Amino acid sequence: MFHWLEKHPFLFAVGVFVVIAFAGLIEIVPNFAQASRPVVGTAPYSTLELAGRHVYIKNSCNACHSQLIRPFKAETDRYGHYSLSGEYAYDRPFLWGSKRTGPDLMRVGNYRTTDWHEHHMKNPEEVVPKSIMPAYPWMFENKADIDTAYAEQLTVSKVFSVPYNKAVPTKDGSVTVKMGKDLADAKAMALEEAKVIAADMKDPKVKAAVAAGEIPEIVALIAYLNSLK
Amino acid sequence: MENRPLEYDYTVAKMFMLTTVLLGFVGMLIGVILAFELAFPSINTILGSGLAEYTNFSRLRPLHTDAVIFGFTLSGIFATWYYVGQRVLKVSMGESKFLMAIGKLHFVLYLLVVVAVVVSLFAGVTTSKEYAEFEWPIDIAVVVVWVLFGMSIFGLIGIRREKSLYISIWYYIATFLGIAMLYLFNNMEVPTYFVSNGIGAWYHSVSMYAGTNDALVQWWYGHNAVAFGFTVPIVAMIYYFLPKESGQAVYSYKLSLLSFWGLMFVYLWAGGHHLLYSTVPDWMQTMGSIFSVILILPSWGSAINMLLTMKGEWQQVAASPLIKFMVLGSTFYMFSTLEGPIQAIKSVNAIAHFTDWIVGHVHDGVLGWVGFMIMAALYHMAPRVFKREIYSKKLMAAQFWIQTLGVVLYFTSMWIAGITQGMMWRAHDQFGNLAYSFIDTVTVLHPYYTIRGVGGLLYLVGFVMFAYNIYKTMSARPVEETELKNASPMGA
Repeated sequence: MFHWLEKHPFLFAVGVFVVIAFAGLIEIVPNFAQASRPVVGTAPYSTLELAGRHVYIKNSCNACHSQLIRPFKAETDRYGHYSLSGEYAYDRPFLWGSKRTGPDLMRVGNYRTTDWHEHHMKNPEEVVPKSIMPAYPWMFENKADIDTAYAEQLTVSKVFSVPYNKAVPTKDGSVTVKMGKDLADAKAMALEEAKVIAADMKDPKVKAAVAAGEIPEIVALIAYLNSLK
Repeated sequence: MENRPLEYDYTVAKMFMLTTVLLGFVGMLIGVILAFELAFPSINTILGSGLAEYTNFSRLRPLHTDAVIFGFTLSGIFATWYYVGQRVLKVSMGESKFLMAIGKLHFVLYLLVVVAVVVSLFAGVTTSKEYAEFEWPIDIAVVVVWVLFGMSIFGLIGIRREKSLYISIWYYIATFLGIAMLYLFNNMEVPTYFVSNGIGAWYHSVSMYAGTNDALVQWWYGHNAVAFGFTVPIVAMIYYFLPKESGQAVYSYKLSLLSFWGLMFVYLWAGGHHLLYSTVPDWMQTMGSIFSVILILPSWGSAINMLLTMKGEWQQVAASPLIKFMVLGSTFYMFSTLEGPIQAIKSVNAIAHFTDWIVGHVHDGVLGWVGFMIMAALYHMAPRVFKREIYSKKLMAAQFWIQTLGVVLYFTSMWIAGITQGMMWRAHDQFGNLAYSFIDTVTVLHPYYTIRGVGGLLYLVGFVMFAYNIYKTMSARPVEETELKNASPMGA
């Protein structure tokens, strides 16, 4: 019955391709039109937050922590309101994760402080006894890559029309996430943001670095984690 | 033309056999380290805090998955292709200078990509998408390697003497097309360096898709990378190697047809089961769930076809360690493809998702099915490629039992760990408050993580025995004058 097809490799390959491509067309394409609409209150990331997001990705935090709260009582009790599609409108890439070795972080900004994160990254067992998370001491030494974060902001605003410098609505008014006019401007803005974070931190080296105009990775990462609400 | 059998040219097959063994060892070693890092966190900094950035779980985890998927498995796929392809198409690589050059270039570029991946992942250069972590320069190199693989498939088919394509060839073609499509779409990204006129890291990129869409494309890819990397090409192997090794014909041609086209059509729908209870539209989640269950049919179709190939010849299973690997491999395939659909049922998924049960599922498939089948394929190929008898069948049998024990320890511990964790997360006390804090659910897993580590270690020990056996086969045994003969698929 199918013997003739097995003698025609080209037709065979076309047949296979059509059959496997079919599901993708039907399942994926329809969602593209609607899923990317942001919900009220979702704002794009600032330069420092984006640099922190890169630190998060660089160290594969998403390998152990999810950012997706499922609509179950146990999860909303533990982490807060369940996730909505529009909340991820500016997440490139998405960071839902596939494994919870540690807890979900979708709304970690609501219940953890700068101070807590600092100790958690330096020595997890200090704030969570018996934690199996490794420590991340190098984040206190390495400098955050503000340049790349700014390049990404420029890219997403140009290519995907992410609304920087535009008012986005929130429940009580609106917020505007500013993007630097140029790299120097972006760096100055990121440093201002970093100073606010560093003021709540204990590590003298980090404080000194920020005072000297440098931004350690830990500061950027905490800025990102604090933005998760 | 002279009337004598074809001399097949195994140059490229040998090269990929070598990387299969080497990268398999590296990938599994990292896996064992990771397992013990979770059980005993101090191992993260065992080489000192200065090196901790490169030895901790964060950096090693993507390196482990990529080394096993793209190092071990893909090398095994390529090695078997360059062996099986020639033999079922009745044409030698040596007959075409062009195809030989393609094959060698394929290997060299593949090796360069492997090096680039190792360096970039250690450095923390990653896009974060699972099994697609590479930044755009490496992605482009991957596409080139894949195109070379495709050229070698269709090139060899183009000059074939055997007119009809054997079942294994169907699966190799599907592997090539499936991965090509999935990889291209999932890795659509915009390099930021060029759009911003030269600011920041030159290799950095941003995904074309945002949020829910990104997740949808990623798991359409992620699940089906399993399909077209861990299922389809491994089925190609068993359809060639089991009949060849046992001297039995494939049980049913109709069943192979049905399961092939069934698998092709159904598999890509199933990716949605990674996104149950997420923000992906409900109907897609339901489709993912339903099609995952339907997927049992074509998967069991090929597995049953293979097991029934042994009909009337079951004494071979007891007699030959090589047949043992293949038959237990097929059994693990049935087991995994039943376990997967169970986890894709919404109510089960509510407990299983995000837990170690999923990790267990992946590993009973990969260790029991993919690993066993690739090692079996290499054991079958080695005497024919190196023209020497296998060094030790006793060592092979010992390896089989050690590794089987390893797999069993692995999946049983992860089942218990995953279900325990899932139940504890959702437990409420009599007043409706959460019964456990998150850390309670972590500490309770310690014994299971330790057992898992031991299971992984046993599997690794078995793999070292495998590597040693192959090495000794290459170097220690006298050269055989005539090739081992078996009755075979497609005659010779």
